[in-house]
Parts: sequence; C-alpha cells; structure tokens
Amino acid sequence: MTTVAADVKKLTMIQAITDAMRTMLDEDDSVLVLGQDVGINGGVFRATEGLLNEFGEDRVIDTPLAESGIVGTSVGLAVNGFKPIAEMQFFGFIYPAFNQLMTHATRMRQRSLGRYTVPMVIRAPYGAGVKAPEIHSDSVEALFTHIPGLKVVTPSNGYDAKGLLIASIEDPDPVLFIEPMRCYRTGRTEVPAEKYTIELGKAKTVREGDDVTVLTWGAMVNDTMKAVEQWEKEHQATCDVIDLRTLYPLDRDTIKTSVEKTGRVVIVHEAPETGGVSGDILSVINDEALFYLKAPVQKVTGFDTPVPVYSLENEYLPSARKITWAIEEALHY
Amino acid sequence: MNMEEQFPIWQYVTEEGELVQPEIDIDEAVSRAFYQYMSRARMMDQKCVNLQRQGRIGTYVPYEGQEAAQVGSALAIEDGDWMFPTYRDHAATMTHGQSLHNLLLYWRGRLEGSVPPEGKNIFPPAVPIASQLLHATGVAWAEKKKNSDRVSIVYFGDGATSEGDFHEGLNFASVFKTPTIFLNQNNGYAISVPVEKQMNSKTIAQKGLGYDIPSLRVDGNDILAVYYETRKAVERARRGDGPTLIEAVTWRYGAHTTADDPSKYRDQRESEERRSSTDPLMRLERFMRKQGWWSDAWKEDMEAGITEEINQALKDVDRHPRSEVDQLFDNVFAKPTWTIEKQRQHHTNINEGAKS
Repeated sequence: MTTVAADVKKLTMIQAITDAMRTMLDEDDSVLVLGQDVGINGGVFRATEGLLNEFGEDRVIDTPLAESGIVGTSVGLAVNGFKPIAEMQFFGFIYPAFNQLMTHATRMRQRSLGRYTVPMVIRAPYGAGVKAPEIHSDSVEALFTHIPGLKVVTPSNGYDAKGLLIASIEDPDPVLFIEPMRCYRTGRTEVPAEKYTIELGKAKTVREGDDVTVLTWGAMVNDTMKAVEQWEKEHQATCDVIDLRTLYPLDRDTIKTSVEKTGRVVIVHEAPETGGVSGDILSVINDEALFYLKAPVQKVTGFDTPVPVYSLENEYLPSARKITWAIEEALHY
Repeated sequence: MNMEEQFPIWQYVTEEGELVQPEIDIDEAVSRAFYQYMSRARMMDQKCVNLQRQGRIGTYVPYEGQEAAQVGSALAIEDGDWMFPTYRDHAATMTHGQSLHNLLLYWRGRLEGSVPPEGKNIFPPAVPIASQLLHATGVAWAEKKKNSDRVSIVYFGDGATSEGDFHEGLNFASVFKTPTIFLNQNNGYAISVPVEKQMNSKTIAQKGLGYDIPSLRVDGNDILAVYYETRKAVERARRGDGPTLIEAVTWRYGAHTTADDPSKYRDQRESEERRSSTDPLMRLERFMRKQGWWSDAWKEDMEAGITEEINQALKDVDRHPRSEVDQLFDNVFAKPTWTIEKQRQHHTNINEGAKS
C-alpha cells in the first residue's frame, strides 16, 4: 500500500493534512472542500491554508455557519457526483449535524439499494490538552463508531494523516476523519510529496515488545510512547504499542496477534470510559483471544464526566503515571 | 401591509370552477391529464388505507385532500430533475414516475420500495422532518456546479418550518443561489398541532423574506395555480435565478397516519364539509364542466383503468419474492466490513442450525 518516494518532506501533521487535500483537489475535479472559515482564513488551524488561492472559490468554499447545513448539503453534493470534504471547526461542534449523519449520510446506500451513495469525508479536530475553551476538547468518537455505515479514522502523525485522509477521500462511503489537535504541530514526520494511501481498518504497531499490549489512538499514541519508553528503561519488560488508526472497523487481526503474544493488555483513550471504543476492543479480545489472557484487561481513560475546562484537563487526561500504573497492574496480576 | 396581504393566496380557478387567470394556456387534454393524475393518486391512497385496515400493508400515511399540491407541482418538473419527497408525498412521486408496485413495496416495509425507476431522480422519502431540504439544496448546488439546467424540488409540511434544517436549507440555497423549489404543503396540522400553535407568523411564505428568496402562497387545492406557479419557479431556477419558496395552502382530510385518530384533536366535520367545497378534484371537475370538457363516460373509463392498474400492481406485489436478509448486510458499505460479515455468518449458522 505505502510507497516511499524520493521526494520527501518533513511535515507537521497539519501540513500533511493540507498536502492530502491539495493532492486530491489537484487530481480529482469532483473533490470539494467546504466549511466555516476554510476559505480565505485557511481554517482556524490552517488546515486549508492556500487552497482557496490554488483552486478557487468553486472548489474551496466558505459556507454559512451551520453544521447540519454543511453536512446535509454535502450529502446532496456527494449523491450528485462530488466528493465533499466537509470541515467541522471542532469535533465538539458536530452535534447539530448528528441527525444528517445518523439518518441520511450513512443510510443512503441501503435506503436506495445502492442507487445513491455518499462518498464524503467529515474532518474534525478533537481532543483535550491544548487549553481550548469549553466544548472544544470533546473526544466523542464512540458516538460515531456506533453509527452503522460510518468509518471512523484518526491519525496520530503526518505520514499516517496524509495516507489515511487520501484513502478516506477515495472511499466510496462516508468517513469521519477526526484529527487530534495536540498532534497538529508536535513533531514532524517524513511525508512523501506524491500521492499514497494507507488502507482504512489497519492498525500500526509503533513499538514492538513481548510482555504487554498497549492499544491506543490519536493524541494518546505519543503520550503512551513516551511513558512506555521511560518505563522500559527502568523495567525488564517490553510493550507492543499499537496505534489503531481506524476505530471502525477495528483491526481485529493486529489486536488478536499481539494479545496472543503478550496475554496482557492495556487500552488507553482520552474519551469517557463508559461506552468508549475500549468496549469494542474488549469484545474483539473476548471473541478472538480470551484464553491467551493472563490478566484482566486494564483501561486508562477519561472520566465519565464532561471533558473539563482547561484548568482541570491534565487531571482528566490519561497521564504517563496512569498508563505505566496500568501496565504494571497487567504485568503483575 | 400585513403578511396575509403581502402574500395573497393565488388562485387560478375559484371553488366554483371559474377561471380567474385567463391568460394561461390550458386545453381539454391537459385538464384531463391533470384530473387523471389526481384520480390515480386519490384512488391509490384510498386503496392503501383499506389495505392497511386489512393488514395487507403496514402503517400508512395518507394524503387525501392534498392531490392538487403534489400532482400539480410534480408535473411542473421534467426527467433529469430531482424530487425529494417526505413520507406523505407519494402522489408527487407516482406522478413523476415512481411505480405503484414500488409504492406498495415501500408500505410493506421493503427497501426496493424506495428505489426510483431508471432515469428518474427521486430520493427515498425523508422521515426525519425537514432534513431533506438540505439534500435538495446540495443536489441542486451540484447541478449548478456542473453547469446543467436541472433543478430540484423538495416537499415538506407546515411543521417542518419550525426545524433548523428548514432555515439552513433556505439559507444555503439563497447564499449559493441553487436551483431549488421549496414546495411547502401547509395542511394546517403537524399531526395534532395546528399551524396557529406551530408559528406566530401568519404565512409560511413570509419566511422566505428572511433569506431574500422569492416566495408566494398558492391555493394548494387548485391544481392550475400549483402547476403554473411551480412551473414559473422551475423556469426561474433553470435560468440560474435561484430558489423559490411556494406555500401551497391545503388540507389533509384524514389522519396523520393510519395509527392516528384525528377526532382527538379536531372536529372532523370540517374535513367532511371540505369534500364538497375545497376539494381539488371537484374544483377541476367544475372548471372542466364550465369549459364543456367534462364527460361522465370518460371519467368512468378512466377510473376503471386506474382500478385495473392498482389491482395489477397489488397482484404483482403479492407475488414479489420475499426479502432476503443479505439485502441488509450488502448495502451498508460498498464492501461489508468484517463485523458485518461476522454477523451475517453467525445469523446464517444459527438459522441453519435451527432448521437441521
């Protein structure tokens, strides 16, 4: 799937996301970018910076400030030959569009027995840890993995972001592409200038080890990696760290293979615990690898509270201490 | 000027059948076609209510009384244009080309029932209120981007104008000047809530003012008014002059659905009285009689033909193969995910195990 070209740049994740959209706008005239502030302002995070100048206002469209309107008209555009990339300014602002996603975008293929399909992508920045105002930090991916007909994708770095976003744009069905804000500018990865895709539904093992499987995604990937690196220096054990990258459908095989190897599992996510994607991961482990388990699966998650205002967000987010605590619980059960 | 004066209800034919807009181009053949489409819609609706009573279809949503609003507007668009109905707009969809066979399948809870015939762009009926206005706007926006002259027409009721998507749909259509006809049927009630409780505004047409969309009210029981005014809106949209909001003032004789009892919230004597005063078929008949275009023998023949068509559709539907559960698994994504495949396999295994 992935090819490494000679022409490679070191990009932040936000730059890689822009690069993915530019690549597709350039390649396919049916691709559109639309949303609040995506035009002259280039998006509040600059994800669409420069695209208006390059592709014009017929392709890069500032819309009225109405999330249901953005998603609902995108359904119409998608049904009638276009591939809209709709931006929600923040994931926490997507709720007015929930009905359009739940009752239309994701059901159109079935309701018309394939006559009408909705190849659209909704992009949304998400997650806590950037001292954003209220509601801007929600991590509600599980509300959307529960919607039949929707794929949910989340990158943690620039290289994956470009490949996953292009794959999402090329997917024949709706994809929710959520972007951890904390990863936008924290570090650069090598990103090929040319087009490439990363298959949806495939996780990536970002660190290999033998004793504990740590499953995570989004901004928690970097936090987990740092915690594990430090912890391994002080302990005689190693961890498989897996970046799930797609939250629906989950990569069953990668989860199974790692759990069979280690028998000990920690799941890390910043979303509230109850109803979180960790439940679906546990279900995969239950179905595929239950008798390989040597200890109960540990969860490190946000609380069942609203994501807090920023004075408390570090209390809320899984910390390195909580992550290593869970690893030791799994190890010494 | 108050809003009712600013937005008068346009009539082409009075309740007595008098033509009051004489400049229109109408003849016997067109009048008969209008009448025939309305008869077909009414007879199908009455048949469906009976079929529901007999348990031969599921919960049904009748539109009797609203035939002129739906048939007149549906006849104003062409193949290649897009239609966005709700669950109460099958008079419009059958006029535009949806088959009686598929309509019956729909009311039997079959997915095939929502699929339009080849060459016709009819969306599956919208069930959530007002959400389809955005699809009609988006689809029309796409047509504009393709530089075509195709338009979209979207149906919705008085209650829908309270929803956010109504306002977002009008606003997007106005901002991007999309070729969309917003065809409101104000039948006076959102299930049980009368329009006076639904809104403080005296008309629905006036809501277009806020979006600078040309808006008007028509007598929704006057098929000539609906047809010719919708045609003007369609022509404007085709020319690139953007959307129009049409409020067709009408009346639903019966229940919201066959699961509802209207006598709980209104005096049904009004519906009975309207059958001999404002009825859309009666209005056109009176008009045709005055023009000397009416014939009882023609009506009888025409109705016999419709009865035969409906009975044939019913026979075909009774013979239609039963639903296969694969339909469910195969149409969520272009390629089913592993979770769906796993569920399919489990479902099949359990059922086969139960059989053996």
